[in-house]
Amino acid sequence: MYTASDLRKGLRLKIDNEPYVIVEFNFVKPGKGQALYRCKLKNMITGSQFDRSFRSVDTFEPADLREKKMQYLYQEGNKYCFMDNETFEQVYLTDDQVGDNKNFMIDNLDVEILLFEDRPIGLSLPNFVELFVTEAEPWAKGDTVSGATKPVKVQTGYTIQVPTFISEGEKIRVDTRTGEYLTRVKG
Amino acid sequence: MNEDHFDDNFHLARKKNFLELRARLIQNIRQYFINHNYLEVETPLRIPAPAPEEHIEAFSSADWFLQTSPELCMKRLLAAGYERIFQISHCFRQKERGEKHLPEFTMLEWYTLHADYFGLMNQCQDILCAVFRETGYEHEILFQNKKIVMAPPWERITVAEAFARFAHTDCESAIAADKFDEILVERIEPCLGVERPVFLYDYPTKYAALARTKKDNPRIAERFELYIGSLEIANGFSELTSAAEQRKRFGDAQKARAAKNCLMYPLPEKFLSALEKLPAAAGIAMGIDRLVMLLADTKCIDDVVAFTPETL
Repeated sequence: MYTASDLRKGLRLKIDNEPYVIVEFNFVKPGKGQALYRCKLKNMITGSQFDRSFRSVDTFEPADLREKKMQYLYQEGNKYCFMDNETFEQVYLTDDQVGDNKNFMIDNLDVEILLFEDRPIGLSLPNFVELFVTEAEPWAKGDTVSGATKPVKVQTGYTIQVPTFISEGEKIRVDTRTGEYLTRVKG
Repeated sequence: MNEDHFDDNFHLARKKNFLELRARLIQNIRQYFINHNYLEVETPLRIPAPAPEEHIEAFSSADWFLQTSPELCMKRLLAAGYERIFQISHCFRQKERGEKHLPEFTMLEWYTLHADYFGLMNQCQDILCAVFRETGYEHEILFQNKKIVMAPPWERITVAEAFARFAHTDCESAIAADKFDEILVERIEPCLGVERPVFLYDYPTKYAALARTKKDNPRIAERFELYIGSLEIANGFSELTSAAEQRKRFGDAQKARAAKNCLMYPLPEKFLSALEKLPAAAGIAMGIDRLVMLLADTKCIDDVVAFTPETL
């Protein structure tokens, strides 16, 4: 159990049987009055947010959340399938749960699946992934403007801005947190 | 030198302007009181019995406690005939930590015999205007992108009026629904002292444990709070001088504390017996850190002290 004095940004709580994370936190108290712990809470499944003030007598249940290393296998309709390589257990996430992560998910990628009470609710990717460029305009020789970029399509279907010298078939490293190009991968 | 050291020094060095401002402000406050014939007193930080209040938690210190305010000792001095006294001291309150709260903070308190809360409001206005002027802030201050005009007279609004005007509800029903503090903090405080400082006054007696009630209405106490830029700056009142009534209120607070399993303190008996000799008086507690926040134009109390508990 958590008490009100444990509340802080980033803490994960179980409220009405759903996992919430505190995204904003503020302690307020009139000098002679009671302490109020003002929180903005985000539902970790639906993403919806709400504000609530708690009091010092309130107690909270921690959300039973853990991460498990799994491998991305394939997409089928709006479902994504992942497998635990040790137990061969398979779990599924929906399109909504995967969100923009799908832009960087290639087959056999190792990811961390977030489980709430053993139910998969989301995932986190490695910070960097390497992707093949599948569609790119050829590099016009003489185009030497430094810092110039062009859009290319990578194997996941994601379109990304890269330097003009990148060509089709090459591999690039991408930062999954920002969605931005980092470097060309040689070999 | 490792990185942590570098970081520490950087953060401390960056506070220099604010710490200089803080020192100047405190020196000017002290000088003001000396010039106006107030005696500077020092009372012990470690005491056997803090005033039992429902929502203020003392730290224990061996079998005694750290003061949550110097109020009780200062009133004993008043009762002994010290007519005008002031003190700048550290106060300690458990579980108070936030953007505007430190568990150890600096309080200015002053007490005057034969004064009441209206006189104290006027005096408060005079003192802050003079001290701010001395510190280089005349006429107005800029706080969080808003200009606050310091020229007197400052606004005055009763708690009942504030509930009606800013929260569109009445104070009595807020108390009945146990929503007094929520409404005050969330809906009223953001509107207080925005254009000029404001005194919020005439609190329900339940929220004024050591204040005298009004002659014509025992449910209202002669207590006020000063707000500047939505910050609670000071709490003042006409002192309750009836030992019997004070004993009853402390008893009520102790019952409420016991019901919530709070730390229990013995009753401050020497203070209670001194009250029997206390003539009419008024006193006020003002947060020094909050004053520096105003002048430094910062919304975070960490910026105006050299160290916080987290950096020790």
